[in-house]
This record gives sequence, C-alpha cells and structure tokens, in this order.
Amino acid sequence: MSRERDYRRVMKVLGSREQFAQGDVACAYGAILGGCDFFAGYPITPATEVAEAMAALLPRLGGAVMQMEDEIASLSAVIGAAWAGSRAFTATSGPGFSLMQEGIGYACMTETPCVIVNVQRSGPSTGQPTEPAQGDMLQARWGTHGDHEIIALAPASVQECVDLTRLAFNLAEEYRNPVLVMTDGEVGHMREQIVLPAEDEIELVQRRPPTDEPGAFVPFRAVQGSVPEMATFGTGFHTYVTGLTHDERGLPATDDAEKHTKLVRRLVDKVRDDTERLTRVEVDKEEGAEVGIVSYGISARSAAGAVRIARAEGRKISHLRLISVFPFPERAVRDFANGLDRIVVPELNLGQICHVVKEALEGEAAVELVSRIGGEIIPPKEIVRALVEGGEKV
Amino acid sequence: MKKEIRICGFGGQGIILAGVVLGEAATRAGHRAVQTQSYGPESRGGAARAEVVISSEPIDYPRVSRPDVVVALSQAGYDRFGKDVADDGIVLVDEALVEAEGVTSVPFTTTAEEVGRKIVSNVVMVGYLGALIEVIPHDVLESTVLANIPAGTEDLNRKAVTAGRDLWLNRAGGNDVS
Repeated sequence: MSRERDYRRVMKVLGSREQFAQGDVACAYGAILGGCDFFAGYPITPATEVAEAMAALLPRLGGAVMQMEDEIASLSAVIGAAWAGSRAFTATSGPGFSLMQEGIGYACMTETPCVIVNVQRSGPSTGQPTEPAQGDMLQARWGTHGDHEIIALAPASVQECVDLTRLAFNLAEEYRNPVLVMTDGEVGHMREQIVLPAEDEIELVQRRPPTDEPGAFVPFRAVQGSVPEMATFGTGFHTYVTGLTHDERGLPATDDAEKHTKLVRRLVDKVRDDTERLTRVEVDKEEGAEVGIVSYGISARSAAGAVRIARAEGRKISHLRLISVFPFPERAVRDFANGLDRIVVPELNLGQICHVVKEALEGEAAVELVSRIGGEIIPPKEIVRALVEGGEKV
Repeated sequence: MKKEIRICGFGGQGIILAGVVLGEAATRAGHRAVQTQSYGPESRGGAARAEVVISSEPIDYPRVSRPDVVVALSQAGYDRFGKDVADDGIVLVDEALVEAEGVTSVPFTTTAEEVGRKIVSNVVMVGYLGALIEVIPHDVLESTVLANIPAGTEDLNRKAVTAGRDLWLNRAGGNDVS
C-alpha cells in the first residue's frame, strides 16, 4: 500500500474481509484499498453514504476528507490534491455530476489522475433523488466540452463497487485521466456480501515520476508511450498546469493549430488506442442463439434474471455484460454479435448505450431497447418479453 | 431454497434496518442474500420499503418478484403491496396499524410495548420473520440484531427479537396461518 499505510492497518479500519455491506460504502472500501488518501465531496442522495464512509474511515488512516461548498469545488479540490501527490476522488449523483463537467474537462486537459463515483439517480435536474437511473451514461462520455476520452466502469454488484473503484484508481494513475465509476441508486443502496481482497491481491499502480532532472524535464512530453511522466508539486520540478491548449512545457499555446492538434490527439489516443487493454466484459454465449443481450450496471442483474427465465423456457439466449463502458468495447461487442440477429439492450433511461451498441455493430444485428424510467429497476420478465416479441426499435 | 420478503411501512419505523438485519443474518447463516430499499426524500414519514432475497444460489435480479412474505406496517403499505404475493405466500400486518381482511394480523407494536418500548416493534418483527422463514437460526439472528443497534439497548432488543420469535411459535392455529 502507499506510503506509511500497510494492509494490516487498513483492514483494522475496514473491519473483517467478509461483510454484508452497502454499495456506496463498498465504493469507499474500494477507494481506500486503491490507495486513496484524499476525498472531497458534497452530500447528495444517493451518494451521501460514500462521503459518510470516507469521513468515518479515511482520517483514521492518515488521509484527509473535506466537505466542500459544492460539486465544482469538490472536483477542483480533488484535482489539486492529485497534483500534490494524492490518489484522490469524489462521489456524487446527477445534479452534482453536471456541475463537475467543467472539472472533468480540466482534468482531461491537464492529465490529472482522479476518480469520480457517480451514483446515478433519476433526472433530469433534481428529478427523483432517491430513485436509481442510468441516465448519465452519455453525459459521462460527452458531458464535458471539446474532444476528449473518458474511462468509465459500471458496477453491477456491491462486490464490483469494491473491485471497480479500486481498479479506477490504478487506471487513473496509469493513464493520467479521470476515471468514472458509474454506479446507480440501486447498487449504491443495495447490501450484499462482499469479500475484500487479500494483501497479495492488491497492486497499486503509481503515476510515473520524472526520469529527467529538474530543468531538463519537459512535463507534458510523452517520452514513453503516450502518457507523460508526472512531476508532483513539491518535488523540485516546475510544472505549469493550465486548461488552455499548452505546449509540452505546459505553457499556453492557444493560437497554434499544430500544437493544439498534437496535444488533443494525444489525449484522445492515449485512451482510445488502449481500448482492448481497457475492455472488461463478461460473456455468457450460448451455442445456436440468435438473440442476445448487451447490458451494464444494475440492468445487467435484470438481464441475468431474464436469461435464466428464458433458458428455463428452452430458449437460446446469449448475454454480454459491459463492465467497462468507455472507451466502448467495440470489438468485444462486435465479436459477441457475430451470428446474432437481434440484440436487446436494457437500460434505466430512454435509450443511451443502445445507440453506442448500434453504432459499433454497423448493422450486423438489429438493436432493440428495453427502457424503464421512474424508479423501479427492470423486471426480468420485461426483458424476456423483448427477447421473444422484440423490443423498442433503436 | 429461495425466500423473498417485502416489508413496507413509512419512514422512521425501522423497516430498512429490519431488512438489513435479516439479510446480514442470512449471510451469517451461510446463505446468499441481497437487501434493497426504496423510500422517498423524507427522513420520517413517506412510504418506505425494504426487500430481502435469501437464496442458496447466487442472486441475479436483486428485487423481490413474487414475495413469500409481505409485512405491512402501514395502511398505505398494505393497500399498495398487500395483494402482490406468491400463491402460497403470507401477508402479515401490524394488528394496531393496519385494517385488512384475509391476512394474518400480528401484534408487533403491542408486543414491543410489552417488552419495553414501541420503538423496537421492527425488531419484534425481525424475530417473527426469522422464525417463520426457518432458514436463520435464532442465535444468529439475535447476534446480528445486537450488532446493528445502539450500545446500551442490548437487553431491550434481545427481549424484542425473542418475543417476536415466540409470537410465531405460539401463534393461534399453529402451522395453519395462511
């Protein structure tokens, strides 16, 4: 574990390895096991329990928790902490996530490692605070302005709240990019048994420090791969950090088309080119199936129930669950669709990821939506009906 | 084995805590369990609902679809969910709070008052449900209750969970409750 923190000390604070825990709290556990030492946030249903858990746990491990005046400040504090050397994160829900879009763009542009947990609730606006939704999925991808790439993961269980939040910290450090954990009010407030990782299952990926001496170091030049080394504040390096288009030294170069193109291409390509490596899917393919489901997050649980019911009725159904949603696992979804006539996408929105699936398939299979909003998660039988009779055309 | 339990009432009755205790106790007893909840923006009042699915198999869909047991601690909860139950399912209502026909009325609130305080009626209900579903040993249930309540209230809660169990064991009509 990082710095003075060792596994035994962490587990003394987190409690036993096996627990019956809530999704939000599990995100906090995952963060701490992912080496998090700074949390800033503003309470919002249904994400408040993340902040509460961080406030109860992190100071006991020498980390810092700040309640900010709003979500803009929360992500700004996280970005500052990351530059000061922290593994930092915040947690919010729809209205707060909207406010954080500016900070997400700034973190993309300044290549700041940070993690944002979005416990999605029903919107738009303040909507239904206590009800789950998956309505922020395309906002996660495109909510901040300008060309950029994002890494987004979608837990479908309380265990995955631990595992994927932990993973998010490593990916943030490795790619120097914001990583979004797109959970929802159902998973966030649900309780299930979890098993926290053993000491030898934990690996902390660290940002790469400068290999050049101060003076020779060029902070935004990617010397190896496409992710630059990161000079943490206070380590003797001069780093100018700006959201403006900057040259490799970090200095503004706003009227230089070539520098802008080079920078933004690199920011996009460093994530996009690694899509295969970032892809995490769970495939349950059935021989001879002509119909499949592509699901993610809580709706994947409804989908798994639908697969169980449909198979018990003698139907052949394949199922792919997206664990990583962005960069979108195009190839995995295309491979899955091979041989299928129709793909049903269940979502707690009026149709978001179904469009991304359709684009990826380029007509290979028909894409149909099972949509639900208003607060209840999708009953498996609604998905079964779509598998048999067809869903909403996309 | 699969048991689906839905508890409904209003915010402040400890309905969600009751669901948490049942779910956690089920996992302590070696089963799989998922506890989910729904409530409005109010911290007290407003509709509240807790659901628990207990199974010997991994649980995909986390919500209750055909409940084996529905407990209504409010008239509104009964009116909304009291009819939606599996064919051999049981509907329980609090004798003091809900008027309904063809269901099992149980004196959760009255029993809680008898053991000391009305506030533990949810724990009485937990004891009752634990005995009814027969998949959680009482000592496991009791220790889970005690792990989830404020310090200093152990005696009251121990009495409440035991009184709940006894309510089920000594129920009128024996096994013929449905």
